[in-house]
Amino acid sequence: MALLTCKDVAFAYEGKIVASNIHLQVNEGDYLCIVGENGSGKSTLVKGMLGLMEPVHGTIRYGDGLSRNEIGYLPQKNPLQRDFPASVWEVVSSGFAARSLFLNAEQKRLAEENLQLMRLSDLKKHSMMELSGGQQQRVLLARALCATRKLLLLDEPVAGLDPLATREMYEIIDDLHQNRHVTVIMISHDVDAAARYATHILHLRHEPLFYGTAEDYLKSELCHTFTGGEDDA
Amino acid sequence: MLESLGQMFTYSFMVRALVVGLMVSLCSALLGVSLVLKRYSMIGDGLSHVGFGALAVASALGFAPMSVAVPVVVGSAFLLLRVSERSKIKGDAAIGMISTGALAVGVLVLSLSKGMTTDINNYLFGSILAMSESDVWLSVVLAAAVLTMYALFYRKLFAVTFDETFARATGLKAGFFNALLATLTAVTVVLGMRMMGAMLISSLILFPAITAMRVCKSFHGVILCASLISVVCFMLGLMSSYLYNTPSGASVVVANILAFVLFSGIEKVRGRKLAK
Repeated sequence: MALLTCKDVAFAYEGKIVASNIHLQVNEGDYLCIVGENGSGKSTLVKGMLGLMEPVHGTIRYGDGLSRNEIGYLPQKNPLQRDFPASVWEVVSSGFAARSLFLNAEQKRLAEENLQLMRLSDLKKHSMMELSGGQQQRVLLARALCATRKLLLLDEPVAGLDPLATREMYEIIDDLHQNRHVTVIMISHDVDAAARYATHILHLRHEPLFYGTAEDYLKSELCHTFTGGEDDA
Repeated sequence: MLESLGQMFTYSFMVRALVVGLMVSLCSALLGVSLVLKRYSMIGDGLSHVGFGALAVASALGFAPMSVAVPVVVGSAFLLLRVSERSKIKGDAAIGMISTGALAVGVLVLSLSKGMTTDINNYLFGSILAMSESDVWLSVVLAAAVLTMYALFYRKLFAVTFDETFARATGLKAGFFNALLATLTAVTVVLGMRMMGAMLISSLILFPAITAMRVCKSFHGVILCASLISVVCFMLGLMSSYLYNTPSGASVVVANILAFVLFSGIEKVRGRKLAK
């Protein structure tokens, strides 16, 4: 059984359909990348998968022991958070906030481990304000890992990062997928990187233009027009 | 001066003011941090005006002021929260309308029932003499409830304040905790209003949090620092109010302004050192 299944799903804002006909299935160990331009319905689909928005049509099902609250979510950059006084440790451990009132020993250990995975152990006591964009994203990824190790949902994880931090971020995600057996769903603009790291691709423009393995996507015409700089998109 | 400060607490009204004031300062500093960070600070201001209206109507009709004001202000807190969540820009205007509207009704009711006397002045700008024995008990109980709730749900409130979308996605009932925050704020505002005044009580929510953020860069640090600033500024304000016969609410606010200036200075000096 799949971790996450979308069956003929459609979403609407105030009666206007923004995404429809979406069928997809995410199995354990998959790395699904959802690509498409701005306003193509990607973020809406994310909200739907997180259970923050109800589809107007179709069903979203969680399986294989995964419940709706067990998705590790890395949100898009929120400008309000830039000046938020919070230490790295406070943010990372808030990944457990939904579970219990106070941190227990096991949660502390897991949080430490996730910090280490993200190469952040030295920055534990630092304030979020003092970190670079790449470091901040890694803190949020460590928080997502505290919420779950089963399925990560990453919404534009490299947006606004410099090339070096972007590569590091991709490598870290790849490491989680390859070596820690974390299932990944990533929203991205970056078709090149998507094709390089992901196992499956969903190309969205309100409706799926392509859905299949990354291999097939690379052979498709769609991929070439999208990466070739021809701006029909 | 020390002698007269010692004498200060031989008056029972001063002891009452001190007890209630310390409780309110602590609660408002804690809640203020979340409200400021969530961009909800105008709600505190709106609530105090609604509280003024409620107190005025209650006293005109001869009800116990607190027993009317607490439920009315808690109800308005839910309303304001709703309004500010729905839409950002209109929410601003709606809060302004509700708060000035409540203020106008309060003034009207007061002047019709008793005429514009010193009463209205006390409601608007606070009076140190306003605390009755029963007010003190109610304050202690409610403040203890606020502090307990805050301590119990500290981590959840942090999660909802820092990133509501993530909190919701992991199954945290963000709506419930927003409502909790609004309820606790409403209770605190009503408690502090008699002494600080309807016009000034929201400064207790704003100042300590913003002052603490000048120098503290972790949530925990900001919370502790804001509580300390709030309590110290209240003590200073109360003392000056007693020694120099200044209005208590305004004195506390001025102490908070001075603290803000001081902490901003520290931030500037630190920033320069870091830049070097």
